[in-house]
Amino acid sequence: MSQEHVPSTPVTLEGVRRTGGQRRYWKSLDELADAPAFLEFLHREFPEQASMFQDPKGRREFMTLMGASLALAGLTACTKQPEETILPYVRQPEQLVPGRPLFFATATGHDGYARGILVESHEGRPTKIEGNPEHPASLGGTDVFGQAHVLGLYDPDRSKAVLYLGQQRTWGDFKAALREPLAKQQAKGGTGLRFLTGRNTSPTLAAQMRSLIAAFPGAKWTSWEPATRDNSRAGAVLAFGEPVEAQYRFERADVILSLEADFVAGHPASLRLVREFAARRKPAGETPEMSRVYVVEGSPTSSGASSDHRLALKSSEIEGFARAVAAELGVVVQGGVAHAWAAPVAKDLKRAGARALVMVGESQPPAVHAIGHAINEALGAVGSTVSYTAPAETAAGGEAQSLAALVAEMRQGVVEMLVILGSNPVYAAPVDLDIASALDKVPFRIHHGLGNDETAARSHWHLPASHPLESWGDLRAADGTVSIVQPLIAPLYHTLSELEVLAAFTEGEQKGHEILRAHWQDALGAADFEKRWNRALHDGVVAGTAFEAKALRVKPGAWASAGATPPPGSGLEIAFRTDPAVFDGRFANLGWLQELPKPLSKITWDNVALVSPKTAAELGGVKTEQTASGHVTELAELTLDGRSVVAPLWVLPGHADGAVTVHLGYGRTRAGRVGSGVGFNAYALRTSDAAWGRGGLQVRKTGGTTLIACTQDHWTMDATPHHQAEERHIVRSVTLAELAKDKHAIQKLGHEPAPGLSMYPPHEYKGHAWGMTIDMSACVGCNACVTACQSENNIPVVGKDQVGRGREMQWIRVDRYYEGTPENPETYHQPVVCMHCENAPCEVVCPVAATVHSDEGLNDMVYNRCVGTKYCSNNCPYKVRRFNFLLYQDWTTPTFKMLRNPEVTVRSRGVMEKCTYCVQRISRARIDAKNLGREIRDGEVVTACEAACPAQAIVFGDVNDPESRVSKLKAGDRNYGLLAELQTKPRTSYLGAVRNPNPEIPGAGSEGQQHG
Amino acid sequence: MAQVFPRTANEFARASLVVGGVVAAAVLGSLLFVFPRSSYMTRQKEAIAQPVPFYHLHHVGGMGVDCRYCHTSVDKSAVAGIPPTKTCMNCHSQIFNQSPTLEPVRASWRNGTSIEWKKVHDLPDFVYFNHSAHVNKGVGCTTCHGPVDKMAYVWQEKSLLMEWCLECHRQPEKYLRPKGEVYSTAWQPPSNQLELGRKLAAEYNVKTQVTCSTCHR
Repeated sequence: MSQEHVPSTPVTLEGVRRTGGQRRYWKSLDELADAPAFLEFLHREFPEQASMFQDPKGRREFMTLMGASLALAGLTACTKQPEETILPYVRQPEQLVPGRPLFFATATGHDGYARGILVESHEGRPTKIEGNPEHPASLGGTDVFGQAHVLGLYDPDRSKAVLYLGQQRTWGDFKAALREPLAKQQAKGGTGLRFLTGRNTSPTLAAQMRSLIAAFPGAKWTSWEPATRDNSRAGAVLAFGEPVEAQYRFERADVILSLEADFVAGHPASLRLVREFAARRKPAGETPEMSRVYVVEGSPTSSGASSDHRLALKSSEIEGFARAVAAELGVVVQGGVAHAWAAPVAKDLKRAGARALVMVGESQPPAVHAIGHAINEALGAVGSTVSYTAPAETAAGGEAQSLAALVAEMRQGVVEMLVILGSNPVYAAPVDLDIASALDKVPFRIHHGLGNDETAARSHWHLPASHPLESWGDLRAADGTVSIVQPLIAPLYHTLSELEVLAAFTEGEQKGHEILRAHWQDALGAADFEKRWNRALHDGVVAGTAFEAKALRVKPGAWASAGATPPPGSGLEIAFRTDPAVFDGRFANLGWLQELPKPLSKITWDNVALVSPKTAAELGGVKTEQTASGHVTELAELTLDGRSVVAPLWVLPGHADGAVTVHLGYGRTRAGRVGSGVGFNAYALRTSDAAWGRGGLQVRKTGGTTLIACTQDHWTMDATPHHQAEERHIVRSVTLAELAKDKHAIQKLGHEPAPGLSMYPPHEYKGHAWGMTIDMSACVGCNACVTACQSENNIPVVGKDQVGRGREMQWIRVDRYYEGTPENPETYHQPVVCMHCENAPCEVVCPVAATVHSDEGLNDMVYNRCVGTKYCSNNCPYKVRRFNFLLYQDWTTPTFKMLRNPEVTVRSRGVMEKCTYCVQRISRARIDAKNLGREIRDGEVVTACEAACPAQAIVFGDVNDPESRVSKLKAGDRNYGLLAELQTKPRTSYLGAVRNPNPEIPGAGSEGQQHG
Repeated sequence: MAQVFPRTANEFARASLVVGGVVAAAVLGSLLFVFPRSSYMTRQKEAIAQPVPFYHLHHVGGMGVDCRYCHTSVDKSAVAGIPPTKTCMNCHSQIFNQSPTLEPVRASWRNGTSIEWKKVHDLPDFVYFNHSAHVNKGVGCTTCHGPVDKMAYVWQEKSLLMEWCLECHRQPEKYLRPKGEVYSTAWQPPSNQLELGRKLAAEYNVKTQVTCSTCHR
C-alpha cells in the first residue's frame, strides 16, 4: 500500500500522457503511479473498513449504546410530538415579517481591510453571509473567511467575561482598576502608556486614537499584523517616496505577470481581482478572447494554478528574474539573472503595452516592488491597468519595525501600561522578539480580544470583545471606500467593542453607536446627515469615500542596482505563508475552515512542510502511505537559526526545488476546543528579518510518522473504467488557439451519448427544469462555494479522524487535477456538486424511495424516509453523496442552534444527504413569485455556491427557459456533461477549461498543441 | 384413564389458533396503522389550555375580528404569525384593562417578556409548510383549522398527517374557494364544489404539488 513519492527515473511528459498523446489528468502522485492504495480508493465508495467501528476499546460500549438507541429509535415512532411553545414579540420590530429573513449591509475586516457583506437575519439571528454587490472589494463575492464570519460569532469558545489573572470580574472592576494607573499616566503625560492594535483602517478608531494621544502626549500607538505588508509599502517608498497602494484593474489587462503575487487569496482586493480575472477567462463566440497570465512563484498558490504559464522559482530567485524582465523592457536595472522565459514574457508584456500589468507579492523584497512599479510605468500601464492611491491603513508600512521598537521599550521598562486590542502577539509575533518575556516587564497589561488566547493568558486583564456582527464600527477597503459596520444582534455576552474600550480611556462610558455617529456627523457634515447616514447603512458603503488616484513617477534609486537583497544562505529556503484555511491563526477555532481541504494540497486539519518531488528525493525520499484512516507521512525537524519545529513532510507537485513552504496559523495552544493543538507552530521559526522566508533551513527526518487527513483521493471518479483506451475525459481543457481553430474542440474530446438509448422512458418537465453550469476556465479553486454551502445547508463538521476515513460531509468538493509532470504540472479545479441526473442511478436503487425525482428534475433527498442502506451512494458515479455515519451534528451547544438555517432540516445519524440545488431557495423564489401571480424570473434563484463565487463560475437557472443564462451557457461550445456517456443526463454541466499559453515560451509550444 | 378432552376439542384448539392469529394481527395492525392515526397520537380535537384564556370563540365568533388582525404575516410568509403583546394591548389597554385574567398580558407588556403560548399545530421539523402559498391560492383558513370561531381554546381540527396533506395536494379542486372567501369563517363548500374548484384552480394557477421537496428539504 505504500508509495515512495520519488520516481526512480524522472517522470517524462510522455510517461504521464495516455497513448496517442492524450492528456492525462491526475489527482495525486499515487494515482500517477497507479498505486494499489489509490486503486482501492477508486473502486470503493469509502476506504476499506471506513464504514466499520474501529475503536476496539469502545466496541462493547458502542454495541450497548447502539442497542439502546435502536430501541429508542423504534419507539420514537410511537411517541407524540413533544410539546412546544411559541414566544412572540412583545413589540414586533418594524419591517420584520416573522418567517422571512432580512438582509443588512455591513463589512468584515480581513487583515484590516473592509469587505462588504450582506448578512441574512432570521428574527434577529444572523445565519448566513453573502457578498455585497455594491461594495468595491466584494462585488457580491465572498471568500471562505467571509462565509465563516458568522461561525465566529457563535463560536462557543469566545470570551464571555472580564478576567483578571484568570478570575472572573466585571467591567466595573476593570474600570475601577484602570483609574489609578491611568491617573498616574495622566500626570506624566502618558509616557508609559502604549497601545498595540491590528492593522487599522477605521477612521473612527484613528480619530479616537488621535484624541487619546492628544490627552496623553507621551503615549504611542503601534499597529501590526502577522501578515505584514511592509514589503509592498517599502517598495512604494523606494519607487515613489510614499507608501502608496497600487490598485490593479485586471479586466483591462490582456497580459498579467505576477511575481509571487497571490491575487486569488493574498491581496486586500482579492475578491474584486478574482471577479475581474475571471471575466477575462471565459472565451466564447466565434472569436474567443481571453487574457494571458504568467505567475512566477515558489510556493504553489491558487493564482499559479489558474495561470497560463507558471514558473516555479524559489522566492529568492524571483528578483533576478524580475530584473531580467525589466531589463528586456528597457528599465534601467542591474542584476538580472538570465532566464529562457524573460525575453518572451517581456515581449508579450510589451506587445500589450498599456493593457499589461505586473503585480508583485508581499513575499518579495521592496526592490522587486519598485521594479514592478518601474515596469508598469515603462509599459504605460499606469492610469490604465494600475493606479496609485493613498493607503487605507492609518499607519502604512514599517509594522515589523514598530513592533520591534515597542518590544524594546517594554524590555527597557519604559512601558508601564500596555493595551493590546484585537491582536495576539504572544502567538504570532516574530520569534526573535521573544515578546512573552518582554510582556512580563510591563506592570499593567490589558488584552482585549474575541478569545482568551495566548496573549490573554499573559495579560493581567482580559477584556472580552464584541464580535463585528455585534458592534458598531467602520472600516476602509483597500481603495479607500468606507463601510459602516453595523450590529446584527445585541452582544451575546457582556462584551464591548474596541471603540467602547478606548472610550473608557478618555470620554468614559460611551456606546459604540454614539462614538461612530459623532465621528461621522463631523466628517459628513450636519446638512442632510440623517439621510446620508441611513443611505450609508443601507448600501454598506459611504458614498464618495474612495481615494483619488495619485499622479506619481518612479524615481531612480538604489533599488535599480543589484545586490540589495542578501543572497540566500546555505541549506534549503523556507517560505512562510498564511494558511488558505485558518489564515494567520485567528480562525483556528472555526471548524468549517479547519475541515476545508486546502486548495492545492487538499489537506484538512493540519499544516505540513511542503516540498517538491526533487527536494523530497534529496532529503532521502518522503514516504507517504495511504491507509484506511488517512495518510501516514514522515516527520522532519526543521531548523532555522538554532530554532526548530517538527513538521510532517508532504510532496506537493509544482513546488520550487530547494525550498520548503510552511503555513502559519497552526500549533495554537489556546484557540479553543477546535483549534488548540492542531498542526505545528510555524511562527516558532519566523524571525523579524524573515517575515516571508529566507535561506539556511536544515531539514532532518526524525524517523517518526504522523497521520494526515488529506482528501485528494477521496471521491475519485473512475476515468478509465474498462481499459486505458476508453478515457472518460472528466476534465477537459484546450488552448485558446485550439478553440479558435475549432470551436467544438472541447466537445470533441468526449463522445456525447446518442439520444434515446435509455431503457427508461424519459421524464417530462412541463414547468421549470433546474440546471447548473460550472465554468472550469473561471474557477480559481478558492473554496468559497464549499463554505457557503456548509453555512447554508447546516452541514456538520466531522473532525480529522473522520475526514481521514473519507467521511467528510461537505456537499461540494473541489477536485484538483494535475496535468503534466509532477515537477511543474498544470492545475485544474473542478467543483463537483450533485449532478441532479435526469436518469439518476441513485433513484432506482433506493429500497425505501428516499431519493426520488421531482417534477422539475431535482433529485430530492427525503431524510425522514432514509434508512441508511447507502445503496444510492454505491451507485453514484459522481460520488457526491454523503452519509452521517455518526451523530456529526452538534445538537447541544446552544449558540450553534442560533447558527442554523431554519429553512433546512438538521440531519441526524444514519441519514444520507447531498446537494439539493438549494431547494429551500427555489421554494422561496417560487412561493414569492406565485404570491405575486407571476413566474420565477431568471436570476431569482441563486444557489449558495453561485452567490458566494467571486469568479461567477457557477450559474444556476431554468434550462426549460431558452433565454435563461444557464440555457445559453449550456448551448455554448465549451459545455460538456461529466460522465455523460453513462446516460445519466446530468443537469449540472461543465464549461471546459481554456488556457492561453504563449507559444514562444520554451516548452509551451509543443506542450500546448498536444491535446488529445 | 379416559380422555379429558373429546376429539372435537382438537377443532377448538385449531380454531383458537386461527382466531388468536387474527386477533394478534388485528392488534398489530391497529398498533401500526390505527394507533398512529388515532387522536391520541395526533392530538386531533384536543383543546390546548393556554397561559391566557384567549378565546377565538369570543374574538372571532363574537366580535368578528378578522384573522389577519392578529396573524399579520399569513399572506406574506411561511408562518401566520402569533401576535406580539402589542396587538393585545391595542384594545386591552382600554377595555378589560383591570381584568385579572389579562394580568399575564399586562405583565408581558410591562416586563418586555413574551407570553409563552402552547403550540397547537406542530408539524415535524422536517416539514416546511408555507401559509402564504396556501391563502393566496384560495385555500381558506377553516379548511385546515376548522371552525375557529366556535373554539374557546383552539384545538387541532385535522390530523396533520402526510396523507391528509396529500389528499388536497392531489386534488386541490375539492377544497379551493374564491380568494375573497379565504378568511371567511362562514364559508361552506357549494354543491358544485368540484366544478368551482376546477375553475378556481385554473384561474389561480394551482397545480398538484406532490414532489417530496415541495415540503421536505
